[in-house]
Amino acid sequence: MTTTASTTTNTAASSIGRRTPRVVRLRLSDIVRYVILVVVAGVVLIPIAYAVLGGFKSNGQLVGDPVSIIPSPWVLSNYTDVVLGANAAVFWKEAANSLIIATVAVTLTVGLASLAAFVFARIVFRGREAMYTLFTLGLLFPSAVAILPLYILIKQVGLGGNLLGVALPQAAFGLPLTIIILRPFFKSIPVELEDAAKIDGCSTFGFFWRILLPLARPALATVTVLSIVGTWNAFMLPLIILSGADQWTLPLGVMNFSTQYVSDQARILAFTVVAILPAVLFYAVAERQIVSGLTAGSVKG
Amino acid sequence: MSATSARPPVGRRHPAKWLTITLFLLPALALYLLFVVFPVVQAAHYSLFKWNGLQPLTDFVGLKNYVTAFGSDTFKTAVSNNILIIVLSLAVQIPFSLSLAVLLNRRFRGRAIFRVIFFLPYVLSEAVTGVVFTLILQPHALMDSSLKGVGLGGLVQDWLGDPGFVMITMFVIISWKYFGFHLILLLAGLQGIPREIEEAAFIDGAGRWQAFRHITLPLLGPTLRVSVFLSMIGALQLFDIVWVMTRGGPLGASNTMSIAMFKAGIMNQQVGYGSALAVILFLFALILALAYQRLVLRRDLEGGVTAFNG
Repeated sequence: MTTTASTTTNTAASSIGRRTPRVVRLRLSDIVRYVILVVVAGVVLIPIAYAVLGGFKSNGQLVGDPVSIIPSPWVLSNYTDVVLGANAAVFWKEAANSLIIATVAVTLTVGLASLAAFVFARIVFRGREAMYTLFTLGLLFPSAVAILPLYILIKQVGLGGNLLGVALPQAAFGLPLTIIILRPFFKSIPVELEDAAKIDGCSTFGFFWRILLPLARPALATVTVLSIVGTWNAFMLPLIILSGADQWTLPLGVMNFSTQYVSDQARILAFTVVAILPAVLFYAVAERQIVSGLTAGSVKG
Repeated sequence: MSATSARPPVGRRHPAKWLTITLFLLPALALYLLFVVFPVVQAAHYSLFKWNGLQPLTDFVGLKNYVTAFGSDTFKTAVSNNILIIVLSLAVQIPFSLSLAVLLNRRFRGRAIFRVIFFLPYVLSEAVTGVVFTLILQPHALMDSSLKGVGLGGLVQDWLGDPGFVMITMFVIISWKYFGFHLILLLAGLQGIPREIEEAAFIDGAGRWQAFRHITLPLLGPTLRVSVFLSMIGALQLFDIVWVMTRGGPLGASNTMSIAMFKAGIMNQQVGYGSALAVILFLFALILALAYQRLVLRRDLEGGVTAFNG
């Protein structure tokens, strides 16, 4: 579609007689475009490749010849130590902690935000917009503002050093964006559908659960993915709430590992790469959801 | 937001409606009030006390914590570092993302792959980004060796150890991590603009730059505003990457407001003072949001007028 459209313009432009060498110029600009994009892609990928391949090097190779990308010989022990060997207990414990926090936080965020977005989208009542604005304000302010009182509050309610002490605030932080993305989707589902369901004896919750949520599956996928990425990478909140090493999540573990094994760079890189693997695999599977979610959020502002 | 444009079904006028509203809304509201709104209010409350977070809250000091903050050189450095990152983000990172978005806003072979690659850093955690770049930027490591290898050894810096340079290094790393995010937003915005409009301008004899400046850019306004705003808020609460890489050092040169707050409130147990810093951070965000709203709205109008004249 787009390609044909632009070709027509080119012929139109040249037939008018302006800038006849346009075709040649376009090809040149294509080359320039590729060169720029490849350079930027290189800048993005080199640090990642350095980490992945560095994990297969010995420290001698890393320090002695930092520029050669390909390891020689390939060293597997860094990765096997992290996943199976000396550091495996730490790694899997941290992965489990991250998984528990992410599961609780994402379930709460998406579940509660869906319910709230349903009310904001489909029921008219006094004070609705004011309450909706209260949620949207959460997006405008740095979450760091709430961190110190949260630290006190979590200790007071006895959740200090408990994974729930991270998961609950994390879920709360995720509510604004999720509600903002879901509301227009829920709004777009026709009123007639709801009326028909009601006539057939469906309760409000029945309509929400059996009709609206299945219809909104793409939007739910989007907010779930965004919520998982946000929770999985969260740093400041776990740093403040979780006191003991046995509670750390992967981002905290990565930072701590890098100070603990300062002189063993190859091992740090291996640990880091294994720690990002879930996020990257997840991204590979859900790229479209992430991108469309960000776009939907931006459209609403 | 547009409250009246789409009118949802009016709830039946019986108590069941309010029961539904309560049951559906209460859980989210409770969680949000308890863990977001209440702490923000508490921060304002704590900021008026000298308090270590343990004893009863009795030592009321009024605005003294705020006076201390604005008299503190450490905090002044932190504020100016945040402002530096905001300015650089707007002057460099957003234009860079926009240029790449324009390059990608056309069908060509490999476009999808570039999009996936550019967005990849956004998915990595800040901790991982910080650790990997710390290793790359160590003296004689990948960065230094590569520069020397291509004959640019003169550019080698003490990337993280030079107090005068460390924030530039931070900015480049932050851009590496986040430009893809803005790129995707802006690309989505560009794709929402019908190609025919630009083509009409070409037929009318507009050059590529003219068409972009007077047609595409104004139409991209809403997306650009979101991108700029998110960038500013992000720069204002900068914490993770800096904490992992330098902990605010060397000599406090890479302190940010969030880092100063964390150091005071958590590490030095000055919860009152730390809360005052949090409130100042909050006020910065508020002023930024309000000023931005006013300034940008006005400029949008001017942009509209000049677009018609051009």
